[in-house]
Amino acid sequence: MIRQRAIAGHRSVDISELPDNAFGHQGLVWWGTIGFMVIEGSMFVMVLITYFYLRLRVNEWPPSLRDPDLFYGTLNLIVSLVSALPNHLAKIAAEKYSLTRVQFWLVLCVLFGVALLVIRGFEFTTLNARWDDNAYGSMVWCLMVLHTIHLATDVVDTGVLTALMFTGPVTKKRFIDVSENGLYWYFIVLWWIPIYLTVYFAPRWL
Amino acid sequence: MTDAELLERTWYVPRGVLGWLSVADHRTIGKRYLVTAFAFFLFAGVLAGLMRIQLAVPNNRFLGPDLYNQIFTVHGTMMMFLFAVPVMEAMGIYLVPLMVGARNIAFPRLNTYSYFVFLCGGVMLVATMLLNTAPDVGWFSYVPLAGPDYTPGKRADFWAQLITFTEVAALAVAVELVATIFKLRAPGMTLNRIPLFVWSILVMSFMVIFAMPAVVTGSSFLLMDRLVGTHFYNPAEGGDPLLFQHLFWFFGHPEVYIIFIPALGMVSSIITTFTQRPIFGYTALVLALIATGFIGFGLWVHHMFATGLPQLGLHYFTAASIVIAIPSGVQIFCWIASLWRGRPRFETPLLFVIGFIIIFVLGGLSGVTLASVPFDLQVHDTYYVVAHFHYVLIGGAVFPLIGGVYYWFPKITGRMMDNTVGIVNFVVLFVGFNVTFFPMHQAGLMGMPRRVYTYPADMGWNTVNLISSLGALLLVIGGAMLIYNMVTSYLWGAVAGDNPWNADTLEWGTTSPPPVYNFLYPPVVEGRHALWERTAAAPVVTGGRLDCRECLVTDVMDGEPSNKTEFPGPTIWPFVAAIFTSIMFIGSIFTAWAVPIGTVPIAIALILWFWPHAPGHDIGAPEEESTPVVEARAS
Repeated sequence: MIRQRAIAGHRSVDISELPDNAFGHQGLVWWGTIGFMVIEGSMFVMVLITYFYLRLRVNEWPPSLRDPDLFYGTLNLIVSLVSALPNHLAKIAAEKYSLTRVQFWLVLCVLFGVALLVIRGFEFTTLNARWDDNAYGSMVWCLMVLHTIHLATDVVDTGVLTALMFTGPVTKKRFIDVSENGLYWYFIVLWWIPIYLTVYFAPRWL
Repeated sequence: MTDAELLERTWYVPRGVLGWLSVADHRTIGKRYLVTAFAFFLFAGVLAGLMRIQLAVPNNRFLGPDLYNQIFTVHGTMMMFLFAVPVMEAMGIYLVPLMVGARNIAFPRLNTYSYFVFLCGGVMLVATMLLNTAPDVGWFSYVPLAGPDYTPGKRADFWAQLITFTEVAALAVAVELVATIFKLRAPGMTLNRIPLFVWSILVMSFMVIFAMPAVVTGSSFLLMDRLVGTHFYNPAEGGDPLLFQHLFWFFGHPEVYIIFIPALGMVSSIITTFTQRPIFGYTALVLALIATGFIGFGLWVHHMFATGLPQLGLHYFTAASIVIAIPSGVQIFCWIASLWRGRPRFETPLLFVIGFIIIFVLGGLSGVTLASVPFDLQVHDTYYVVAHFHYVLIGGAVFPLIGGVYYWFPKITGRMMDNTVGIVNFVVLFVGFNVTFFPMHQAGLMGMPRRVYTYPADMGWNTVNLISSLGALLLVIGGAMLIYNMVTSYLWGAVAGDNPWNADTLEWGTTSPPPVYNFLYPPVVEGRHALWERTAAAPVVTGGRLDCRECLVTDVMDGEPSNKTEFPGPTIWPFVAAIFTSIMFIGSIFTAWAVPIGTVPIAIALILWFWPHAPGHDIGAPEEESTPVVEARAS
């Protein structure tokens, strides 16, 4: 390890004792994660606004189609909310640099993620609308596919991170990645709440 | 080994073809972004020249209507999406890390990925133009014209996917820039010491982050309507064509400020340097930039005054459109006050700023007139609008940009651009610009619609069009002079030295061009004008590692050192991921299956990009020497 030394005639701001990397907003990775969450969140907002904008164009909602069935979507919501727990514990374990716990909770997170994707698959079969039926169908599919892309991305992410925590090399930086990955999972779970309400209850209530 | 040699070795720029594709440093990618964006500028400029030839005389048969449609569409699309936004981001990529005293931009591999995605998107559009299958429905590609019923074939799909390409690239860069500005600033650079150019890039990046998702949504809906039979814009099935205009202009109006705000930062930098004194009203200027950023999101409907929206809504947007003149006015008066109080040195960069002030004020005034609904309805879709937005965009962004090129060229290349040629260059461009675009106000008031490929001789539009076309000739000469000056100065220009203008910001505190590690000793900032207020015993950052790409991370508010992070080195995977992304985007013009299938190789490339690799297998790295580095330093 070679460090830069002070130079004569100049005062020094010595950074040798500063920690390597930091969790949360003091670290750089957090800002990247937040940046992409804001971008993707803006897209969700745009699509949701579009949904309600198009709702105002017609009298009947859904127009000449049945409401989506509630079972799989609600199951997805419950499993999503429960999955926040192993995710939270993985995040805490990472922030304590506890490798075995991180490994355990990450594996659980991946299992939850896979389960959610399977449930999502069934959900698509019970929407009672196709994307090309009418604008309502297009909107429902758009919301569902957009969320599914995010879900799948994070499941793959978490899977890769889990593999890395088993194969190594496990550096401190990896624990920060686990922590920020946990942040992103919250994002996926939390966004499912308004999207779930919109897809399943806007047709019933509005 | 000296510190400089160690840093040189650690922050190496990889060699060879693989190295060229793997590079992950902000100066190299910034320069490539600049050169590529200017190449697109040139291409789109040539298209503009062809249009002026066509319109010079009535009943001209130089270009047919179909080719003319493609040319004006590609001209606008390329200027906005492949030149204006990327070139401003490119200036940010190159300059911001230097201006805040960092060794590299945050997330450098993402930066490389972004560049190649941008390049592939641009090449796709050029290819469609050369193959005579370019988009032909205008740069904002309104439905229903751009929908499946009225534009069969693939032309509008190329437009929609070009948007996806450029937005992915732009969004990635915006996140990098925000992270760099918030977390990689030199110790001591508190929020109220950030250079105005950096502030402007910060505001621009936030605007990109919030505006671009709207157009991605809009263009994706368009693509889906055309490809898989969705009905987002189909009124027969509950869709709405106006939805497209809302989504487009919710992005499209902020887009104007995304282009314009960095230019304002350049103006402030140039005025500070060429008056050699602190700018008048730093705080007011920063607040004006931020206010413009916010208000810019509340104006989009003024592009839709002719669509029959409710009166009340129109009143709101008229008011908002007039309100935005306030922060712009604040800035103009601050700059005038700075020039008034200082002893300005009228060298080329400052001349372009003066040109900017004159042209932009004129463009701003015609903008205020357009905010009035009755007047807007009168001149909607006429050459008056064409005149207005060229005054704002060329006057507001391209003039400061060219001033910025003259100003920062010495830093990037190490050589000065010729000042005499520069002055003549300015005069030719300034006169050429006004001769080209001022008569268009008149043409518009006389009722000439935009986007017509020719016009009858008895409309009374002949003289104004001929004058415009002659002015365009001057612009071509001015453009050629700029390229001539850049090339000859690059080859034979006077050596610049570190700080030829005696400027105040940190990028001038290192060599020209900067070394691969930017600063031998990362600087510590003692005042708003980092170099002017630097004391003899100025503190520097020490104790950082020289044998890995370590960077100091500081606090968002007060720039206090917080922690350190190791930056990733060059790797081929961002390039590979960009290529697979491009294949997926282009494939999805033809089949929806391209998305699920194309995602697999992208995911693999991203995983390999992320996966840590064993040391000693770095692409294009300098040869290992016989003496291990650690021992050499320890002795």
